Amino acid sequence: MINERNLPIFATLTVFLLLYGFGMYEYKGFRDTLVFTNLLTDNAFLIVTAVGMTFVILSGGIDLSVGSMIAFIGVLMAYLITSLHIHPILAIAISLIVGIAFGAIMGMIISVFEIQPFIVTLAGMFLFRGLAYLINLDAVPINHPFITALSDIYVSVPGRGGLTFIAMAMLVLLVVGILIARRTRFGMNVYAIGGDKQSAALLGVPIKKTTVKIYALSGLYSALAGVIFAIYTSSAYPLAAVGVELDAIAAVVIGGTLLTGGVGYVFGSFLGAMIQGVIQTLITFDGSLNSWWTKLAIGGLLLFFILLQKAIVFWAKKRSPAT
Amino acid sequence: MIDIRPPIKATNMKKHHALQHLLKRLQKQPKTLAPFVSLLLILSVTALITPGFLEIKFVNGHLYGSLIDILHRGTPTALVALGMAVVIGTRGIDLSVGAVIAISGAVTAVLTVNTDWPVWIVIACALGSGLVCGLWNGLLVSIFNIQPIVATLILMVAGRGIAQMITEGQIVTFHSTVLNAIGNEFFLAFPIRVWIVLGMIILTIVVMRKTSLGLFIEAVGANVRASRLVGIEARLLVLSAYMFSGFCAALSGIIIAADIRGADANNAGLWLELDAILAVVLAGASLAGGRIYLGLTIIGVLIIQTLTTAILTSGLPVQYNLVVKATIILAVLLIQSPTTRQWLAKRFQSKRGQNAKKEQNSTSSQNHGRADQ
Repeated sequence: MINERNLPIFATLTVFLLLYGFGMYEYKGFRDTLVFTNLLTDNAFLIVTAVGMTFVILSGGIDLSVGSMIAFIGVLMAYLITSLHIHPILAIAISLIVGIAFGAIMGMIISVFEIQPFIVTLAGMFLFRGLAYLINLDAVPINHPFITALSDIYVSVPGRGGLTFIAMAMLVLLVVGILIARRTRFGMNVYAIGGDKQSAALLGVPIKKTTVKIYALSGLYSALAGVIFAIYTSSAYPLAAVGVELDAIAAVVIGGTLLTGGVGYVFGSFLGAMIQGVIQTLITFDGSLNSWWTKLAIGGLLLFFILLQKAIVFWAKKRSPAT
Repeated sequence: MIDIRPPIKATNMKKHHALQHLLKRLQKQPKTLAPFVSLLLILSVTALITPGFLEIKFVNGHLYGSLIDILHRGTPTALVALGMAVVIGTRGIDLSVGAVIAISGAVTAVLTVNTDWPVWIVIACALGSGLVCGLWNGLLVSIFNIQPIVATLILMVAGRGIAQMITEGQIVTFHSTVLNAIGNEFFLAFPIRVWIVLGMIILTIVVMRKTSLGLFIEAVGANVRASRLVGIEARLLVLSAYMFSGFCAALSGIIIAADIRGADANNAGLWLELDAILAVVLAGASLAGGRIYLGLTIIGVLIIQTLTTAILTSGLPVQYNLVVKATIILAVLLIQSPTTRQWLAKRFQSKRGQNAKKEQNSTSSQNHGRADQ
């Protein structure tokens, strides 16, 4: 029997398979593995962002700063590599530490000063975008043998497709995210806080510490997404990734995570991001549809999944009136 | 709020007394003073850095100057913030206002270009589109009980798609004397759009403060259950709050479209919702619903707009704009946060020790309010 809590993720999987199946039925080119591996590569940064966002939303919060963080980390990395001639590995390490630090600071402001996450991360969004402008106003290419070598890695799979470095990195980060959520004490604490903050506190969950860790983790994942995005485009642009926070939130919601927190799966967010990618690919394959249909389709899907969640919660409550 | 510092060398008893009085006032109503102080501070710092910032010239019956410019440019945000404040009062939030601005701008432009309808019908249609958007949001929130952030996120994502569909992906430019006047002309020395917004502000304040509607809306935001028990029809109120927000956003969209004489579905009103939310929060409202401050919200808008204009006119490179804005906003938020206020109160009480119990009571009731959400 399917637990009603698992129903949204099954619905997400079904929608994904239906959309993908429709593409395979309608277009010959869609049947090649190339389409799938390209989906993994093209949406790698969005999926990584969505994984971090899942933890935030599971805890009942929200992180609006991720898009700006991606742009800021990209510009920072480019500056470290091309202007200061630091080796990319060190540059990436520095960028990730900066990402964690900024995330942790936002988490601290949220937990210590008790200001809503929405507002704090909103200020963070302005701040990171502004910091990106401060470093560089233009798009700069990142030319370094190491980065080129990374983007040249390609593992062929049957068919014409193949896994790029960033696709593989994304898959590793996804697995790590799933393990953190399901197999660690921290992950359990996140679910507990999102489920019922007061009960969690009474059960001895360190609310403040966990909150700081959650936003630090989201900072780390969006910084990783920034690195992936920089490798993906081989360049850095302070106006990059505008609005990615919305795509990430949409991915998490379509992935079946309750926006009130406490219920959801990291893997669902992966599917949610992939669904958005499939819709885009379908519209590209069609050729006659305009780009705005993507937005309408994603909006429609959001509505569908939110109503589905509502129905499930309603149904669950009806079955156990004792609450 | 910024001005309170321990009176280290308070030798003068009178001064001491005045400080104590100010402190009492701040403890009672710290929220109402903070935005004013912040705005004055920002204005005076800018005036020091940029000579002539406060100058206002009178040319051909029009007022010119940076201050007038702030009012002029602040109008779209002010309108959106007005609607946002009412929605936030019901413990909601409206993320879709930027998209509604794009839709109403698109409707205005396309109807002006493609039909020969009189301009007031065009405006009515644009406002109507905003009302419909608000109705949609309101239905999702009040009837389907969907969290406001999520419910309005749908229109935020899909709304720009709708606007692009209306304009067919083009930037539609138009010419209309009435709309141009709304966008850029003056009446009685002030820009016409400032008068329009002023009218809306006064109307909203009168309705919210002089009728029971405002009280009901805040009651719903403070405690839905209790307000239902005293017989307030919460659903209808929430619904109308979102419709009001949609209406304000649509009006703002008309002004923005009239200003640039065109509709840009991608960029019109982009991120305006965030400025509007910041303005409401700067005014001391809590996103957890309850008391809202309409007049102070406008001060909040002026703070944000003054910051933007001040950074532009002070000769700082444009790229500093966002960093400075974010830093100042964070600082104001931290100063207004309950933790800081408690900390400040404690520091003062260790010297005075009089209001200790009072403050403790108020903090515990604050905690109570938070636990409720």
